Amino acid sequence: MASGTVTSSEYISHHLTNLTFGNHPVNGWSFAHSGQEAAEMGFWAINVDTMGWSIALGLLFTWLFRKVAKTVTSGVPGSTQNFVETIIEFVDDNVKGIFHHKNPLIAPLSLTIFVWIFLMNTMDLIPVDWIPYIAGQMGIHFMKVVPTTDVNATAGMALSVFALIIYYSIKQKGLGGFLAELSFQPLGKAMLPFNLFLELVGLIAKPVSLALRLFGNMYAGEMIFILIALLPFWIQWVLSVPWAIFHILVITLQAFIFMVLTIVYLAMSYDHH
Amino acid sequence: MNINLTIIGQAIAFFIFVVFCMKYVWPPITAALAERKKKIAEGLDAADRAERDLQLAQEKATENMRKGKEEAAAIIEQANKRANQIIEEAKEKALEEAGRVKAAKDAELEQEVNQAREALRSQVAVLALAGAEKVLEASIDEKAHAQLVEKLAAEL
Repeated sequence: MASGTVTSSEYISHHLTNLTFGNHPVNGWSFAHSGQEAAEMGFWAINVDTMGWSIALGLLFTWLFRKVAKTVTSGVPGSTQNFVETIIEFVDDNVKGIFHHKNPLIAPLSLTIFVWIFLMNTMDLIPVDWIPYIAGQMGIHFMKVVPTTDVNATAGMALSVFALIIYYSIKQKGLGGFLAELSFQPLGKAMLPFNLFLELVGLIAKPVSLALRLFGNMYAGEMIFILIALLPFWIQWVLSVPWAIFHILVITLQAFIFMVLTIVYLAMSYDHH
Repeated sequence: MNINLTIIGQAIAFFIFVVFCMKYVWPPITAALAERKKKIAEGLDAADRAERDLQLAQEKATENMRKGKEEAAAIIEQANKRANQIIEEAKEKALEEAGRVKAAKDAELEQEVNQAREALRSQVAVLALAGAEKVLEASIDEKAHAQLVEKLAAEL
């Protein structure tokens, strides 16, 4: 626990509140001092911790992979290159297995999604109090270190993927073809409104499920770590160690699922039904 | 948990990382992987070729060895033949020489025998005369009978 004076519910809500900077109706442009204030800021606010950690991890990813890409050799690879190549071949195999069209974007997109989400999820394994405590000592009141436990982050990526789905659907089938696919299936032209409703729900469900699946898994995982942290310190390891080990599987799996579904959705936007 | 600008910020960051990855990360690494794949295929090919070459070379070496052995055998045989020939020739020459020496010696011997015979013949005449003289004592005219005794000696 951070300190003896806060109650359990205060501790939990503190750990689940983002560091939000925005235009508060009363305080003006400032950091929110509570979840309540952050909500009052409305849409025009930004979660500085989510953005900071995700960008830092994205830079870590691009730095590492760029470093390898600059010195890459077709001869005997070094250990870093070997590691990077393993990931790239893994992603490439998945893309080639699912997506059978020619597109220079899909594979790097999938790689970015997989590695970036994996890195953001991995922040979950850092003990829940460490970074918030250090931030607290530096005078930063809120610090949520796992960007994927912020629905904004997962929704941001899911909406980007959604935009790509729409873009490639229209590019491949034409606007008319895309609309026809939404309207004339599965029951024929006579049932157009019903078809449209059904297909639109199916279409919208794609980004929503992408965003909420990742968010839900990571949020729940983080929540359990926080609850474990409420136990007396000498017993925490009994639960936190098995949960962390299990979580290694979860974070990898969630990154993988997000990647595979992205590839599947984009392959679907290419295919004519 | 509020939906706010972060959603757009995240989308922008995502976009930038994807573009960076697409431009500067993915192409060089996959190119290297493809190149390595090609190199490995070529290496395996070369190994196959080398194996075939080795087999050919071994066959050739065996063939050469066989030929060498055959040649050596032929040379040895020829040498043996030649040696026999030389021995035969030497034998012939030796026999010839021996014959020649024998003939010379024979001729020499015959000559000596003849000389001895001549010497004996002349002495026989003297001996016969002396003997006859003893037998007849003075009754013989040396001059009258010398011709007769010579005739006798010539017949010996």
